[in-house]
Amino acid sequence: MRIDYTDVLVIGGGLAGLRAAIAAKRRGHDAVILSLVPPKRSHSAAAAGGMQASLANVIEASGDNEDVHFADTVRGGDWGADQEVVRMFVDTAPKAARELAAWGVPWTRVQQGNRETVINGKKVVISESKEAHGLIAQRNFGGTSKWRCAYVSDSTGHAMIYAVSDQTIAANIPVRERAEAIALIHDGGHCFGAVVRDLISGELYAYVAKATVIATGGAGRLYRVTTNAVICDGTGAALALETGQAALGNMEAIQFHPTGLFPSGILITEGCRGDGGLLRDADGHRFMPDYEPEKKELASRDVVSRDMLDHVKKGKGVKTRLGDHLWLDITLLGRAHIERNLRDVHEICRYFLDIDPAKDLIPVMPAQHYTMGGVRTNFKGESQGLRGLFAVGEASCWDIHGFNRLGGNSVAETVVAGMIVGEFIADFCDRVDSDITITTSLVHEFLGREQARIDRLADGGGSEDASRLQQRMQEVMTEKVGVFRDGRTLAAAVDELQRLLVRSRNIGLRNRSRGANPELATAYRTQKMLKVALCVAAGALARTESRGAHHREDFPRRDDAKWLNRTLATWPNEADISPTLKYEPLDVMRMELPPGWRGYGAKDFIPNPGSARRSAEIEAIKQKLAGADRFTMQAALMSYEQLLPARLRGRNERIVLPSEGASP
Amino acid sequence: MTEATQAPVHRQLTINVLRYEPRTPERPARMEAFRIEEADGMTLYIALNEIRETLDPSLNFDFVCRAGICGSCGMLINGRPGLACRTLTKDLGPNINLAPLPAFELISDLSVNTGKWMRGMSERLQTWIHARQQEVDLCRLEERMDPAVAEQIYELDRCIECGCCIGACGTVQMRKDFVGAVGLNKIARFRLDPRDHRTDEDYFELIGDDDGVFGCMALLGCHDVCPKQLPLQTQIAFLRRKMLLNGLNSAAKKGRNK
Repeated sequence: MRIDYTDVLVIGGGLAGLRAAIAAKRRGHDAVILSLVPPKRSHSAAAAGGMQASLANVIEASGDNEDVHFADTVRGGDWGADQEVVRMFVDTAPKAARELAAWGVPWTRVQQGNRETVINGKKVVISESKEAHGLIAQRNFGGTSKWRCAYVSDSTGHAMIYAVSDQTIAANIPVRERAEAIALIHDGGHCFGAVVRDLISGELYAYVAKATVIATGGAGRLYRVTTNAVICDGTGAALALETGQAALGNMEAIQFHPTGLFPSGILITEGCRGDGGLLRDADGHRFMPDYEPEKKELASRDVVSRDMLDHVKKGKGVKTRLGDHLWLDITLLGRAHIERNLRDVHEICRYFLDIDPAKDLIPVMPAQHYTMGGVRTNFKGESQGLRGLFAVGEASCWDIHGFNRLGGNSVAETVVAGMIVGEFIADFCDRVDSDITITTSLVHEFLGREQARIDRLADGGGSEDASRLQQRMQEVMTEKVGVFRDGRTLAAAVDELQRLLVRSRNIGLRNRSRGANPELATAYRTQKMLKVALCVAAGALARTESRGAHHREDFPRRDDAKWLNRTLATWPNEADISPTLKYEPLDVMRMELPPGWRGYGAKDFIPNPGSARRSAEIEAIKQKLAGADRFTMQAALMSYEQLLPARLRGRNERIVLPSEGASP
Repeated sequence: MTEATQAPVHRQLTINVLRYEPRTPERPARMEAFRIEEADGMTLYIALNEIRETLDPSLNFDFVCRAGICGSCGMLINGRPGLACRTLTKDLGPNINLAPLPAFELISDLSVNTGKWMRGMSERLQTWIHARQQEVDLCRLEERMDPAVAEQIYELDRCIECGCCIGACGTVQMRKDFVGAVGLNKIARFRLDPRDHRTDEDYFELIGDDDGVFGCMALLGCHDVCPKQLPLQTQIAFLRRKMLLNGLNSAAKKGRNK
């Protein structure tokens, strides 16, 4: 069997993987990208409403900066995030948006002067400054205190992936399309690439590399109702898990988007509510202000999804043969706005439901949307369990999202992580001790093991049907590991998933072809997906508190005394039927923003004993530095700039309005 | 959807699929018929997956986003190129014929290698911004752009490289290297973009021949089938005038220089 060599093997051709490859290539390292599909068809293309970056160009964004973006993100994640990494992220996001502007993304731009918009259900006129004319515009999104989402109508991800993919073509970076990594190659301490399956010919080969990058996106297809593309099956996370060395972080943190189209789960962008759209019940009543007087429709997604389902439980949903739903009303935005700024929403409504959102209500229900957890890494994006293994984007738990991600922060993370981690990958490849030291015989051992697995599936005479097992897993996850969770139901879920996992070891195929055989791919993917599903369910069962999107009805409060930590799941032995869970503490004494109320959602939580101490410490530092600029103040609270790669450091310039004077 | 109690009567659909796998040429190309019961809101994505799960696990097709935005599922639906994921069966008769898009390398059944074709086209036409300066200072304000120009670029940037325009193209049948509407639209897009410093002379080098804009026979199947309703007809006509003008000018220049 064939062995190919490169410096950096990137698994996944979405935005994060492509951008990391570009960074490595620019530093003189060869990079190869493996992608299940042509990169422009990645799920990145589905990011709709926009990318968070505190550019502060529009008038409703004035006063925005890294500090505000930082606080919104930490609160949004319900204090589960790594605050140093959040700082690195918010500092780099404006740079990423500007790089994309230079690469050709047709960002919607600010038009100076008056324009009509909808805020809190009312038409208002706002006036954009002449200083901002022609700069990148921002729209409002959930859980943010300023308008911060840079956007391209409602196909932001599409425009971004086209620009970045074209840059990889310009940089002459090869992409192996329709190629799937099915196992990582490692010597127990260092990862050296992957065993790859060509999805057209079925051939197995090895790609040996100094650095291996998992950039495979999320795991939405563990669920039956999801906004995610069919390729987002979480098997990338399983690659890391199956090494027995690398850990997955916070897999129980699963986001449900409030407005999945009913019943298919196709995403209807948060931009609808950001631009002024409202949620209504069966009676046409706008119910969100009843639940969330502060942020209403624009509270964070975990909060809005829970409120919607609570409202349905009270009998206020619209009843149909396929279940209950609620309405999203964007008619008040007007046809011109919808056809220009919410164009894909208009198209989706027309093609899938034959309705016109400029005059009809859109049926919606919460649907699985995002995997906050993933391959746990340090701030450099490197796994702590396996040297040379990196992870970026949704597949990673770099951890800027904690237990709930803000809208627009994921597509921002893809490019930002690609930039930052890409530099660290290049640093890693520069080191002499990063040379490829694995023996060819060990590589062949990995190849042989994977070939034997495939042969066993095809010829082993197993009796289980992979797609049935997968469907049952998706039912269990949707019904038992959803928005509302409780111990009894989660225990039942873990139990059934374990039985499904055992059965998956006895899958047989009706079509035994080794080539372009979809049944074979479903078979080995299902085995991997069940392990990842168990990490989600077992992590959720063990975490006896409610934090962000992880909501336990039997433990409804956030518990900072016991659970201010990150779940780490490993799978030490192939024969195991459950992950091994450990916990990594979050140090409240190092936080720039100690835990408190998020500004929306539940006000009640169990405090961490260190919280008050840290808050007092912060207060003292602030008093001592009274009058200092925000950069000095921030550095005293939690310095982070030294963590950033040198070429990405520097203060982000913003326009200064005459009314604001000269302060930065 | 409001009639919660009424039991629906569903049609029986016959879905005929053109099947062939180039790696097993001993099995000739054939139409195979699959019978399934229609469901509410059924799309060809749902129908084909049901066929694969219940009737034939070996059937090959491509879907990714299943929401009409990624361009993976272009195929001939009753002979016409379209996106299968957002085609509702209720808009079709009870007999549905599906075939792979022509002109692309066939992988198997309904799956074709549009990715390879598109990458080749992108490399040939250099479909990326050719900026004056290699690296911009990312800390500085971004370069300003007229909001209306940004919107015009977006309008052409909406192409999803699904390949429907190639599947509907008469010229591609005769000239295998023709860049098609997808390629010409990209040139129109970069030509519009003030960040790209290439001139019409540069673009003429890329598309000023019969594999480029002069190969188009103006049959405009591309315009009729484009799932994103891109203004392909006007863009191609406009580019042809510009390229013709450029060709004439440079010929005149060469004449003077003699």
